[in-house]
Amino acid sequence: MTSEQIRQVIIDILERIAPDEDLTNLDDSVPFREQMELDSMDFLDIVMELRKQYRVQIPEEDYGNLITMDSTVTYLEPRLKDVESAV
Amino acid sequence: MKYDTIIIGAGLSGLAAGIRLAYYDQNVLILEKHTTIGGLNSFYRLRGRNYDVGLHAITNYAAPGSRTGPLAKLLKQLRLRWDDFNLTPQSGSAVVFPEHRLNFTNDFQVLQQEISEQFPDQIDGFNRLTFEIEQFDDTNLSQPYRSAREIVQRYITDTTLEDMLFCPLMFYGSPTPHDMDFCQFVIMFKSIFLQGFARPPEGIRLILKNLVRKFKSLGGELKLRGGVAEILQQNGKACGVRLEDGTEYECDVLLSSAGSLETFRLTQATEDQVTETVPEPGALSFIESIYALDTLPADLGINETIIFYNNAPRFRYAPCEEPADLESGIICSPNNFEYNDAAVVKEGPTLRATVIANPQYWMNLPEAAYRAAKEEWFPKILEKVSEKVPPFQEKIVDTDMFTPKTIWRFTGHENGAVYGAPVKLRNGQTHLENLYLCGTDQGFLGIIGSMLSGISIANLYVLSRM
Repeated sequence: MTSEQIRQVIIDILERIAPDEDLTNLDDSVPFREQMELDSMDFLDIVMELRKQYRVQIPEEDYGNLITMDSTVTYLEPRLKDVESAV
Repeated sequence: MKYDTIIIGAGLSGLAAGIRLAYYDQNVLILEKHTTIGGLNSFYRLRGRNYDVGLHAITNYAAPGSRTGPLAKLLKQLRLRWDDFNLTPQSGSAVVFPEHRLNFTNDFQVLQQEISEQFPDQIDGFNRLTFEIEQFDDTNLSQPYRSAREIVQRYITDTTLEDMLFCPLMFYGSPTPHDMDFCQFVIMFKSIFLQGFARPPEGIRLILKNLVRKFKSLGGELKLRGGVAEILQQNGKACGVRLEDGTEYECDVLLSSAGSLETFRLTQATEDQVTETVPEPGALSFIESIYALDTLPADLGINETIIFYNNAPRFRYAPCEEPADLESGIICSPNNFEYNDAAVVKEGPTLRATVIANPQYWMNLPEAAYRAAKEEWFPKILEKVSEKVPPFQEKIVDTDMFTPKTIWRFTGHENGAVYGAPVKLRNGQTHLENLYLCGTDQGFLGIIGSMLSGISIANLYVLSRM
C-alpha cells in the first residue's frame, strides 16, 4: 500500500469507530486526541481493526506511534508495503 | 466443542461482551440459563399485554450525535447507531419527602434551581459537591472504597437534602444498605442527575433484539436453556463448562455475568477444588406492582416519569423486617417520556410501583403461602402509592407483581438481590486466572453501565491480549 492508501485505511477506521466525528478537516500533524474524542478504548479499536483487516500486529509498546495521522502512516508504511489495499 | 471465549449469561453485559469479541473474529458462545434473553432486564407477555421485567428508565441519556459520555462510548464500541436504541428523554421526575419536593429533568439546572429555592443555605455546597463529582474518574477500575455519606456530608449539612439526593441514587443502584461506595455514588449521580432518564418506546426488547441481531450477524452463538452446572478447571485455570444437561464445552477464556458468589459456586462443584474466601451475597431486593390502565397516566394528572418518595423522618434504605417497606418507594410510568406519539409505547398505559422487600421472607415461602402473601401485600402497597398520585385505581384493567423470588428466577442472584453483591470486583478478576466477571458484580451500574461492563472486561482481558 502507498502512504496515501494507508491514510485512507485509517480514515475509514476512524469513521467506523467514531461515526459522529467530522473528519474532513483532520490535520495530519496534530494528535488525533486533540481533534476528536478518542479514548484508550478507541485506540484499542484502531489497533484491532488493523489486525482484523490487514493482519498487522501492533505490540502495546508501539501504541505511541499512533498519535497523529503522520506518525501512524510512517509507522505502518514498512509493515503494510506488501499488503494490497482493500479500499 | 471448543470456543475462544464462553460467556455465562445473555443479559446486557454478556451480549455486549459477546459483540466485541465476535466483531474481532473470536469464536464466542453465550450460555443463558433462562428460556429468554435479558436477565434482570428481560421482557414478557401476559394476558395479551407486553411488559418489561424491571425497566423503569435508562439512565446516562445523551442527545443523538453526542461525542462524549457513556452512551456515545457504548454505541461506538458496539458499532451501533443512535436509532438502534431509539431513546426518548423523560418528561420530568421528582423526589418527594414529607416537607420537600425536588423536581428534576435531564436539564441539571432544574435541580440546581429547586435546591437553591428550597435549601438556599445548601446550594453552594451542592455546587461544590457537583464539581468534585464531575472531576472524579469513575472509569478507573482500582478506586478504593470510600463512604459516600461521609464525603457528601462535607458539602451538604442538611440531612433532609442529603437523604433526598441519596434516595434516587440508592434505589437505582445501591447493593449496600444505608451508604454507598463513593465511586458508585458518582456513577449514579452522573447517570441520573447530570445525564438523565430516557426510554425506547418499545422498551428494553428493542435494545436486546438489536444486541442479539448484531451478535449473531458477527457469527456469535447463543444457547438458551444453557444453565451452567460447573466451571471445569485444569491447573488453576478455567478450561470450560459443564451444563446442567451434561454437555461440556471447552474455552480459552470464560466471562461470567452470573454474579460473584454464583460464579464462585460454579467453580466449587467438586470437593477437591480449592476453597477461597466465599463472596458475600447482596440482600437488597424489591417488590414491584404493575398496574395496566385503560387511560394514559397523564390524562389522570400523573405526569411524572418517576417519583421517588419517602414518608419517614429519615430515608431508610435497607432490607426491612416486614415483608415490604411501606415508608418509601418508586412510582413510574413508561408512558411519561417525550414521545412524538403516546400510542407508540409497546406496554400501553401503565404505572409501576416499587418498594423495598424482605428477601428471606419471600424466598422461603412455600408456593401456596407465597401466592397468599402476594394477595395480602398487593392492596397494602397500592394504598400507599395512591397517597402520592391522583386517583387511578378505577382505571386498572390488569395487574402483575414481582417479588425477590421472581428476580432470583430471572437473574439467579441469591436473595433476588437486584444490584448484586455488596462488594464489587471492579477489575473483574477471580481466583481463576482466565475467569473474569462482568455485569452487576463488576460494578458498572444501569443499562448502559452493564453493557460498558461487558465491553470493558472483553477489551481488557481478551482483545488487548490477542
